[in-house]
Amino acid sequence: MSEFYRNYLTVAIFMGIAFGLLAAVLGLGKLIRPVRPQAEKYLSYESGVDPVGDGWAQTPIRYYVFALLFVMFDVEAVFIFPWATRLEAYGWFGAIEMIAFIVLLALGLLYAWRKKVLQWI
Amino acid sequence: MSASLFGIELSYWQVTSLRSLGILAAVLLPAGTFVYLFLFKMVSFMQSRLGPMEAGPFGSMQLLAEVGKFLQKEDIVPERADAKLFKLAPYLVVSTVLLVYLAVPFGPEMTFVSNFDGGIFYVLAVSSISALGVLLAGWSSANKYSLIGGLRAAGQLIAYELPMVLAVIGVVIQAGTLNMQGIVMAQASGSIFGFDGFGNPFFLTQIIAFVIFMIAVQAELGQTPFDMPIAESELVTGYITEYSGLRFLLFFIGEFASAGAFAAVAATLFLGGWAVPAAWADLDSAIFNLLGPLIMLTKMLILGGLIFFIRFTFPRFREDQLQKLAWTVLIPISLANILVTTILKVAF
Repeated sequence: MSEFYRNYLTVAIFMGIAFGLLAAVLGLGKLIRPVRPQAEKYLSYESGVDPVGDGWAQTPIRYYVFALLFVMFDVEAVFIFPWATRLEAYGWFGAIEMIAFIVLLALGLLYAWRKKVLQWI
Repeated sequence: MSASLFGIELSYWQVTSLRSLGILAAVLLPAGTFVYLFLFKMVSFMQSRLGPMEAGPFGSMQLLAEVGKFLQKEDIVPERADAKLFKLAPYLVVSTVLLVYLAVPFGPEMTFVSNFDGGIFYVLAVSSISALGVLLAGWSSANKYSLIGGLRAAGQLIAYELPMVLAVIGVVIQAGTLNMQGIVMAQASGSIFGFDGFGNPFFLTQIIAFVIFMIAVQAELGQTPFDMPIAESELVTGYITEYSGLRFLLFFIGEFASAGAFAAVAATLFLGGWAVPAAWADLDSAIFNLLGPLIMLTKMLILGGLIFFIRFTFPRFREDQLQKLAWTVLIPISLANILVTTILKVAF
């Protein structure tokens, strides 16, 4: 196995051990803590009054456009990272290429700004 | 890769498991220091009170007492909640925070994953997963406060992930590598206008990126000017409203471990990480495996102090102000920073 994949295997083993350790701590708590069930304890908390409705209240999610913009810029970042490590080798050619790319995306942001979708109402 | 311990041959996965346990224990040190030094003592000083004084000298054992208290608390899962997801959420929050520490170097050989070429990219990727755990906690609680808190946390992540990533690109352009060890070395052996007396710590040459990164860190951590997901005067405690006892403690640990993680990442990217300027000492010598973690911890404490100083000084933003700041101020500035850095890098 190459070192590249081995690094990620290491990460996976670490993740497994972290989960195991957390489970052990919670298991220890389970042995120690008291259990005295009463119906009132298991009600949803709504500032002391009886909960109204079903719990999952319908609420407007306002960031549809934000999410689209986020995906756009995140993909941009994925493209920039490998380029940024090799900039010295590319020289002016690479620099101008990427400046054009960033300016085009910035124009998109400017358009969204002018259309007033960057406001969280 | 194999090693021997006390004469016993260990295979790769045994070594890795042991080191995992070691780093998990080691992570508790900065997280605990942050809580005691900043949350208990610094804020008490800022508010003209003493803070905890009973447990141990100057209340230094207070944290252990707290853990003992939380261990004895009853575990309550609301009957309407989605029990499986409700229990999964704290695991996800804490374990992904711990993953950030893996890529951060603490000395010439003090790295968990050696020669990790995707270093900083990996850090940015895993650090945003914990928001998923927060969203999960908010949704599975089946509580209106929790749901709104969780949704706010997700919106905040979407807005502030970008300035953070774009700020890091400036550093990557200057260092020419994604490897965190390489970034440390680039700062230690760099020079500013030919003067290499103190290397080239990037908070000098990338000051704009540094400021944007620290603002974005504050928002990603949900610390006070940006704590709308918790907003105790509006949402009770936001996404952790229904959590009690040990699971609540896990969210708390997650919050402070991630403050430590981001302080470590920022120290590596901008303050030179574990190294001192290469003009001062030979960085390859083994002594830095011992000194490195101490230097790193000092830098982490400086940045952590900054994070918590801001937390206890500023009032909370409104939700729409928060989004506006990210999209119309921080992102354009960080894009401009990338352009300027690119041109300067190629020109010189």
